[in-house]
Formats: sequence, C-alpha cells, structure tokens
Amino acid sequence: MEIPSRSRVPQVGSEAQLRTVLAGLSGVDAVGVSARAAKLATRSLKRETKRAALDLAISLVDLTTLEGADTPGHVAALCAKARRPDAGDATAPPVAAVCVYPDLVATARAHLVGSPVRVAAVATAFPAGRASLPVKLADVAEARAAGADEIDMVIDRGAFLSGRLGQVFEEIVAVKEACGPAHLKVILETGELATYDNVRRASWLAMLAGADFIKTSTGKVAVSATPPVALVMLEAVRDFAESTGQVVGVKLAGGIRSAKEALRYLVLANETAGSTWLEPRTFRFGASSLLTDLLLQRRSQRTGAYARREHVSVE
Amino acid sequence: MSERLNVRKTYKLVIGGAFVRSESGRSYEVTGADGAFLANVARASRKDVRDAVRAAEGAQPRWAAQGAMLRGQVLYRFAEMAEARAGELADQVSRAEGVDGATARASVAGGIDRLVWYAGWADKVGQVLGGANDVAGPFFNFSVPVPVGVVGVVAPADSSFAGLVDALVAPLVTGNAVVVLASEHRPVPAVLLGEMTATSDLPAGLVNVLSGPLDELGPVLAAHEAVDGLDLTGARDPGALAALAADSITRVLHAGPPATPEGGLQRLRAFVDTTTVWHTVGA
Amino acid sequence: MSSEPKNHELASTGQVSRLGAMDYAPAPESTAAVRIADAYGLYIDGRFTDPERHESFATLNPATAAPLTRVARASAADVDAAVQAARRAFPAWSALAGSERAKYLFRISRIIQERARELAVLETLDNGKPIRETRDIDVPLAAGHFFYYAGWADKLAFAGFGAEPRPRGVVGQIIPWNFPLLMAAWKLAPALAAGNTCVLKPAETTPLTALALADILEQAELPAGVVNIVTGDGATGADLVDHPGIDKVAFTGSTEVGRQIQRRTAAQGLPLTLELGGKGANIVFDDAPLDEAIEGIIDGIFFNQGHVCCAGSRLLVHEGMADEVLRRLRRRVDQLRVGDPLDKNTDVGAINSAAQLARIEELVAAGEAEGATRYTSACPLPAAGYWFAPTVFTDVAPAHRIAREEIFGPVLSVMTFRTPEEAVAKANDTTYGLACGVWSEKGSRTLWVAQRLRAGVVWANAYNRFDPASPFGGVRESGFGREGGRHGLEAYLDV
Repeated sequence: MEIPSRSRVPQVGSEAQLRTVLAGLSGVDAVGVSARAAKLATRSLKRETKRAALDLAISLVDLTTLEGADTPGHVAALCAKARRPDAGDATAPPVAAVCVYPDLVATARAHLVGSPVRVAAVATAFPAGRASLPVKLADVAEARAAGADEIDMVIDRGAFLSGRLGQVFEEIVAVKEACGPAHLKVILETGELATYDNVRRASWLAMLAGADFIKTSTGKVAVSATPPVALVMLEAVRDFAESTGQVVGVKLAGGIRSAKEALRYLVLANETAGSTWLEPRTFRFGASSLLTDLLLQRRSQRTGAYARREHVSVE
Repeated sequence: MSERLNVRKTYKLVIGGAFVRSESGRSYEVTGADGAFLANVARASRKDVRDAVRAAEGAQPRWAAQGAMLRGQVLYRFAEMAEARAGELADQVSRAEGVDGATARASVAGGIDRLVWYAGWADKVGQVLGGANDVAGPFFNFSVPVPVGVVGVVAPADSSFAGLVDALVAPLVTGNAVVVLASEHRPVPAVLLGEMTATSDLPAGLVNVLSGPLDELGPVLAAHEAVDGLDLTGARDPGALAALAADSITRVLHAGPPATPEGGLQRLRAFVDTTTVWHTVGA
Repeated sequence: MSSEPKNHELASTGQVSRLGAMDYAPAPESTAAVRIADAYGLYIDGRFTDPERHESFATLNPATAAPLTRVARASAADVDAAVQAARRAFPAWSALAGSERAKYLFRISRIIQERARELAVLETLDNGKPIRETRDIDVPLAAGHFFYYAGWADKLAFAGFGAEPRPRGVVGQIIPWNFPLLMAAWKLAPALAAGNTCVLKPAETTPLTALALADILEQAELPAGVVNIVTGDGATGADLVDHPGIDKVAFTGSTEVGRQIQRRTAAQGLPLTLELGGKGANIVFDDAPLDEAIEGIIDGIFFNQGHVCCAGSRLLVHEGMADEVLRRLRRRVDQLRVGDPLDKNTDVGAINSAAQLARIEELVAAGEAEGATRYTSACPLPAAGYWFAPTVFTDVAPAHRIAREEIFGPVLSVMTFRTPEEAVAKANDTTYGLACGVWSEKGSRTLWVAQRLRAGVVWANAYNRFDPASPFGGVRESGFGREGGRHGLEAYLDV
C-alpha cells in the first residue's frame, strides 16, 4: 500500500460537512465485529513470539494512576517503576509513559528526568468532561506548563450523543491548539457511546479534528476497552491512514489487567492495522496493574517456572 | 321431428391460459365407462409438454410473489367457479367413471370442499411448516416454506375429479405452477377444471392441463429439467418416471397420500423447500 | 502495510521486536490425546469385525500425504451383515420409550464433549482442516446436534408430523469427507431420536472420526446394531443404497453421486434426502458493513479450505464498491496463514486429497484459460502433502466454468452487479441453490433479496453459520430434505 507523504486530511468547514463525512463511513455489524475479535482471540503466541510480545506490551504501557488519593510519593514510586519495571532484570524495557492528573505532572516530570519515559496528563475536566471550554483549556495549559508531553482529553459524550458533532469537533480542535507540541490523545469513552457505529464515527471525528491518538476510555465508567471496540478503532486508524496519509495512534485503556488480554490486543492490532502500529508512538495500553502481570509472565517465560507474585514491586 | 340436436363441446388442451388443439393437430377418442363414445379430445405431444412447462415457468414467480392471503382468495374463487359448474362436472364424472348421478355429485361436492379446504391453507402453511429457530448466538433465524417451482402432475387414473383436485391444487397453495397430465382415459373433468381457471383469477399459465397418452407424455414431463417437482399419483410405472426425474434432482411424490387432512398436509409438504434466513442481531 | 508516520517526532522508546502478521512461532496442538490403531475393522452389531474379504485401504494425513492407518473395505456381504444387524436392532430400539432413547443421545453428546480434544486432533489429522476449526466448530456442533435431537426423542408427537409419527426403519446414510464427524452427527442424531437404526458409511478419505464415534457409542452403551459403521469407497456406498433391507437413504456429497443415488432408489420409491453441491453467492451491496463483509467473504470461501458445499464461492459485489472491496480482500487473503493444520494459528489447512487437489487445479487452469484474472496469495506452502494457496479470480464472466462449477476449494470468483434485481438474477443463475449471503445495512432490501434468492439458506451479514436448531439443505440441484431443527426430523419419520 502506498501512502502519500502530503496530508490529505479533508478540511472540515462546517458541521454539515462533518456530518456528511461521518455518514459516508460504512456501518459496523455488531455480530460480525464481535465474531472477528473472538476469532483473533484464539491466536496462540508461543516461545520467542510470546517473549517479544511481552516486552513489546511493556514498552507500550502508559503506567497510570488517576485516583483522588494520589500523592507525590505514589507518583514518584510509579515513575521509578516506569523507568525500570523489573528491579531484578534490567533487560525489561521501560514503559512508554506515566499518566497522571495535571497537578502531579511536575512531580512525574521531575522523577523521569533523563529517561525516555514520557509524561501524560489527563485534562479537560477528566473524566466527565463536564466543564466549559475555557476551564478545559486552562486545565490543558496547566498540564503543559508543568511539562506534560502528552495530553489525554475527553470528548463531550453528551454533545456527541445528542448530535452536536460540530461542538465536539471544535472542542478537540481548540484543545489540540492548546497542546502545542504535546501529543493529543482523544478519549472517546466508548462505553458511553454504546454502539460500534458511534465508535467509528467518533474515531473519525477525532482524527479529522487533529487527534494524535484515539483512546477508548477513561477507566471510570462501567465498560472500558473491549476487543470489538479496539477492532473498530484499529480499522478506523488504518482506513484514515490509507485515505489521508495521516497515521493516528490507538490507546486502549480501562480494565486491561492480564498479560493474556494485552497479547490478544496486540494480535488484534497486528492483524488489523498492521505491525507498524505496534510501537509506542502509535499504540498504548493505559493501565496500572497490567504491568505487574506482564512482568510476571515475562519472568515465567525466562525461568520456565511460574513466578512468585513478590518478584514484582508493589507501588 | 326428433328432439333438438345438442351442440357438442370440443375438449382442448389448456396451455398458458389458452385453449389449444394439440401442436400435433391430433386427437383421440374418449369413451365413457360404458364404452360409448364421449368425445374426441386433443392428443398432446412432446412439444405441448414443452410449451406447458414453459408457460408454467413463466407464471410461477408472480404467483409465488403474490401474498399468501391473495393466493387463498384466488383458490377460493376457483372453488366458486367449480361450484357454479358442479352439474356439468358431475355429469362428466358420471360418464367417465360410470357411477350414478348421486355418486358423481357427491364426488364433485367432495372435490370442491377439498378445494375450499386447500384455499384456507394458503396463508397458514408458512406458520405450520416454517417458524423461528432458536440458534445459539445473536441471530434472528427463521424458516419459511418456499415453492419448488413447476410441479408435474400425473393425475389419478380413476378418480377423475376428486383425486385430481388434490393433486392439482395442493402445489398451487404454496406458490407452485402445475402441468397436469390428465387421466388418459377419463380426461374430460380435468379439461373442464382447466377451463375454469380462466374465469377464476388464476394467472394464465399457472395451471396447464394436457390430455394424451401417458406412456408418451409421462417420460417427457418427468425428464424435463425445468420440472422441479413430480407427483406420480396416477403413473402406471412411477419408478421409471422417478428415475428420469433423478437427472435434475427433482422432488418426487411417488404415491399420492389419501385425501385426508394428514394426506393433504403431506401433499403440501411434498412440493415446498425450506429457506432459512439468518440475520445478525446487534445494535 | 508499510508506512512511516510523518507527523510524529516521537522516537521509539526501546528496542522492541516487532510482531509480524506471518511470523507467529509455531503453536502446534499436541497429538498426545489421540491413539490411532494399526488397522480398523467394521463396526457391525456392536463389535469391530474383520471385513469378509479382509480387504483394507490406507487413510492419509493430507498435510503430509503419509498414511495414518488402514481401514477395512466393506464388501456387499459386509454391508448386508450391517443392515441385518440394524434390522434386528430396530424392533427394540423403535419400541424403546422416547425418553430412554433421549438419554442415550444425551450421553453421546456428553462423551463427545469429554473427548473433544481427541476428536478435534483426530479430525485434523485425517481431514487436513485447521485445528482451530475442528476444535471450535466441528466437534462442538457435533455434540450440539446430539444434544438437540436428544430433546426431540420424547416429543416427536409435537413435531408437526402427526400425533403418532413412526420411524422409517433401517436407514442407510452416506456422508462426505469435508466435515466427517459433524456429518455423522447430522445423520445419526435425528435418525436415532426418531427411533430408526442406522448403517453409516463414512467417506473413503476420512473414516477415522466415525470409527472413534463407534467407540463413543460403546461408552454410551448404545444397544448393539442400532448404529453400524461400514467403511469403504463408492462401491460400498452403492451396496448400501441397493440393499433391499434399507427403508430410507440419506446422502450428503456431490450432485453427480446424488443423481446416481436418486436413480438407483427411484424404482422402489425409497424415501431419500440429498444434500448436494452448491455455488453460493455472497452479495455485497454498497451499504454493506464493509469490514464485516470482508471477513464474511473470507470465511465464506476459505473456511475449511473451501471444502464446503455451501461455500460462498461466487462474490457478487456492487460495481461501485468493487475496487474497494477487492483491495481489502487481497489484503486479507495475503494475511491468511496456510500450513500445518495442527498449528492453532493456521487459517487454511491442507486440501483433503490428491484427487481434490487435481480437481481444483483443473478448474483454476480453466479459469485462467477462459480469461479470468487470477490472484493467488504468495504464502509459502509446505513441501509435502496437498496444498492450494487462497485464490481470487476477477474479470469472471457468468459463463466461465469457475462461475458455474463447484470447485470445492479455496478459490473465489468475483463478479459485479449494478442493481438489486441484477444481483438476484446473477445469484440465481445456477442450477444449484444451497446458500447465499447478503451484506447490507438496509433491512428492507436484505429481506427483499432473501425472498427472491433460490437458496435453502440465506445469511444476512453473516456466512457459514450452522446450528443444530437451524434447518440446512438446498433447493434445485443442491438436493432436497433438511437437516437440523424440527425440519430435520421429517426425513426420519414415516409421515
């Protein structure tokens, strides 16, 4: 496949135009997409493939803490783990980023100096997004000022579901502008979008508005990333790249706790968007406990024995 | 002076809604059960079989596409027409079968009642033979009976009207078209019934009636690839005809079931296939 | 896919190995659960017996062309012994309370589930189909069929075939090589539920799971003679069909053999059901759910190496969508992993026999000679065994042999249409009528098309779905009679 280097992203000049573009997307059959995801879940990764996939998955983790109880101390501990996930094994790669609330960005930044691990901040009145645009932009500006490399914003699901697509679009454009050089991940909160058709449309809307990543979930609602949702989003970034030349990343977040699940998502991405997507600049897992299981599995692969839980640190 | 000389009727073939002499121009003599001359009826040829099947093929899709309720109404109208000419039918049955007037009238009445019974089936057969299937998975899955297409009928040799009604009407109920080979030696009631289709809203070509030598016409009809179903109720050697039908995987009713409710349902089942549709269920 | 992100200054954070679509490490299923004997006899009257003439033939693993074991070749006398055993078993079996027959069938279903791994591996070894399919489809559906019909055994009076439906007697059943165990289940389960006794003839190239099933019947303590299994080739099948002690014949296989059987059984007016070939059309409208349609096309023709009577071997795509569909289709074809059927990641396994491979090669050569454009996956193929890479023909004319004849292999013929009427006309332009797919997000049109398709099964936004409760079978030269669901009982009841 050939992708022209010059961007061919359609300029969206009006809500009507946006609506036309989104209406032109093919529908998603819920049964078919679930069946495809289930079929790919039967892929079996063995030996060297599994070892490579575990390391890959570690390198794709946005190690995340998004609790009201977060403290600088906890974030500092998380940063240490992000830089060197396995204290007993230096060959374990560092994670992609640490993801925190804006007020803890400075802490994270300080503890990640000299490492390749990036700092991501959830902003725009995460997780509900129920704030005015100036407040959201201020949130972004604060995170940027504190040194965030990446901004994870939430879309206004209420606006999307009630059909105010232009408003959702404009908000993303505004946040993107506020991000400056920081990478923008747009959280669709797919659990609230309810249908795969909405996930596909929201994915395209976000990409058209300038998203660097589209992200499934905040992790704060009942339904987070699922394999069929991931499949639809991976199809979206694949098709967007083919038609515009712009490569957009996918971040799966919420509820992914086991290495087995993570590996299944890697297979899904590999066989949908292609292996070129499988690197930190285009694929991420937003997770906290996932890293622990990845490390345990990694250890088991190396030793041939099931690993003791205490080999992985607790933060 | 003798009494008035009656005007005799010419019995023709019913093909494509038209009453035609045989393509060959030939006829044969039909006598009553008592051996007395009844009529010269048209003697159908191989080409008449071909024309009749072509007419049936042409008429069948529209008949099948009509709503089942409307099919039922048209068949009921067919019964009305038969009832109006019940006397004429009984007269011919009496002569053909050599039964007395009362027996013939009873036979015709029974046949017409049977026709009404079949008419009532048209919009129920889908519910009785089809239905929803509970498959494991997110699918709406339902089965519907669909007509096989063109049904060739070798009409009963002995029961010139009542038996004929069963064989001829059952396939129509479910949306098939028929090509009937009338009882070779008692063809007149069948030809009369064929005539009545012209006044009862049945589309031209849906019912085709051929009279003539079964030994000659039967194999042509059975081997015809466009004949999708074959009712061999009146065949002298059903096995031989069934073997000819095998080349195009024709559905075969080897022997006519009795004219009971169960037998009628069996006839309805004989000339339907089942189409099962799966549709995904998801928001 | 090969593309370099342009607008990302982000560098890769570590040295990570890339996962390539084609380079998963081998993940072979263990064959430890399977014990294949050196030779197999015939299963008659509850015992494995030597064939009268002591003749046998080899059954191969098509993935390697190496012999797996030898299997008895039943003679007419052996078939007679099997029919006689079934005759003797019939009075007691048919007189048994339906609720008791049900319990035997429930047992069989459960034992199939218990021995699922073994059966899946054995089927893959003997047939060449991927373990993923035997494990996830063939074996679970076989168990499901016995479970479904078990429930009917004591409810036959409510099946709509009269208040006192009776079994037919001894049924002769001949099954094909494409779903060996599943087809045995499709045949045996309804027949036994209805109170018949059976003589089953598995396909010559795939007898092993039927013989394993005999062992399962033993474990279920099914009375001797209720099911008899005679292995052999076409001659054995003919002996069975011709046997005067048979009350009903059920056949699944090619239309050509179906014709012969219909001819042979015509004289006696023997009840017959035929499930024959097909040339299914997968119709893709311009409002189709595109990604799922692509998967449906792939599944439709490459599932089980295309050895599927209802395969979607003709793709009818709306002309305005053709380029887009073909581009996506080729990408998916290139992704298909062809190879060791025991590898859990294999998508397309081995062609079942040298003869079938030759047939596929002949028709593909005809397609090329007639001017169609061939696209074949460049995937590597194993050196030994029988293989054919997934192939898609475009520029196919309705008159081409590849558009009309059943190829029964991983070969798709693509044609286009402009209007719904044309789609239906082209889909129906075949002497077959087994199955079709319709892909559209518009329900009214889907149903409009489904009403007009001459096919026994129509899948809307799906393909190659099977279920014990769903009637399956063809119209026109795809055969008659239905298997599955309430409809599937009719063949085995004297109605």
